[in-house]
Amino acid sequence: MSDQLQLYEVFIRSSRGLDHKHVGSLHADDAHQALEYARDVYTRRGEGISIWVVASRDITASQESDCDSFYDPLDDKPYRHAAMYELPEGIDSL
Amino acid sequence: MKDNMSLVGNEEKFQSKVDAEEKVEPKDWMPEKYRQNLIRQISQHAHSEVIGEQPEGNWISRAPTLERKAILMAKVQDEAGHGLYLYAAAETLGITRDELIDRLHTGASKYASIFNYPSLTWADIGAIGWLVDSAAIVNQVSLQNTSYGPYARAMVKICKEESFHQRQGYNIMMTLMQGAELQRDMAQDALNRWWWPSLMMFGPHDAESAHSAQSMKWKIKRRSNDELRQQFVDQAVQQAQAIGLVVPDPDLVWNEQRGHYDFGAIDWEEFQRVVSGNGPCNRQRLAHHVSAHQEGAWVREAMAAYEAKRRAVPAEVA
Repeated sequence: MSDQLQLYEVFIRSSRGLDHKHVGSLHADDAHQALEYARDVYTRRGEGISIWVVASRDITASQESDCDSFYDPLDDKPYRHAAMYELPEGIDSL
Repeated sequence: MKDNMSLVGNEEKFQSKVDAEEKVEPKDWMPEKYRQNLIRQISQHAHSEVIGEQPEGNWISRAPTLERKAILMAKVQDEAGHGLYLYAAAETLGITRDELIDRLHTGASKYASIFNYPSLTWADIGAIGWLVDSAAIVNQVSLQNTSYGPYARAMVKICKEESFHQRQGYNIMMTLMQGAELQRDMAQDALNRWWWPSLMMFGPHDAESAHSAQSMKWKIKRRSNDELRQQFVDQAVQQAQAIGLVVPDPDLVWNEQRGHYDFGAIDWEEFQRVVSGNGPCNRQRLAHHVSAHQEGAWVREAMAAYEAKRRAVPAEVA
């Protein structure tokens, strides 16, 4: 079965105004079928108003093991954070 | 020698990550035994969800009302979904669905022994939902904090759905207990037969449990078998009393000092007999799963053939 079927990742938007969130994965023959399976498996109790399915093999992921070097260029810029800037006494809405 | 050193280093790093309550995710390095232990536990859990559909499915066509029938179908559909969540979690550990099903069919992989008992009357559907699902929930709530991320996330989803299962079962028992003497006897008889197997669901006592110590250290398991069993007994006894059922254990007594119920000795010989394949329905359950899988082969083949044909047709024509 898994020789034939593709793995899909399922994302669900639980209500308007919120992001689609990853909820799990399933096997299906094509995207349309994956969408129907996702409806049956992940939205039986009104959990969502919109579903995305993405073939797992189409996802390119960063490697957590390379985390240090991958994010390194961003770690030495404390001036990006508001907390770096000290405010004078009495100023509290800036 | 150098390889050995780095392996030891990895294991130490892994353990300190687990100790710090950081979740382990699929692509992380993990000890091979952690991986195997998880595959064993998650697949056993997945198989239990799916095999558990059989004793309940047995009563769909004979549910006493249309409403009960619709409820039971919804519950059995949930169990199939739970099986899928768990199979998907197991697959992230590098094993395929085919291998998992194959291990079930060859007996290499187990499922919860309680499903090897028959569902003889409608009251059994009440007892299964109330007791078996309650026991499962007690266990699964603690597993929401398990160290393996995909397993923990599957547990969160499953726990949300299980409380319906438990309540519909209890509601069946309650309704029977408000009925005629025959109906009350039927409910009591179901409790008598399902009580002890439910206690066995938590597995052997801590001292005798083969996988427990390592699983606790790796935080795959978060609470011990005996702790979980005690919690279940404390809850279920009260629920039984509230609707007039008598728990079939002459040694059951409230222990003021411990703040828990003391209960009688579990028949571990029976447990072993059923686990090792000689319960009332072991062969039937497995044979049914094998035949359903084989008889469903043409559906899978048809879907694959349809998909192949669809791909062969140029997009503008399709």
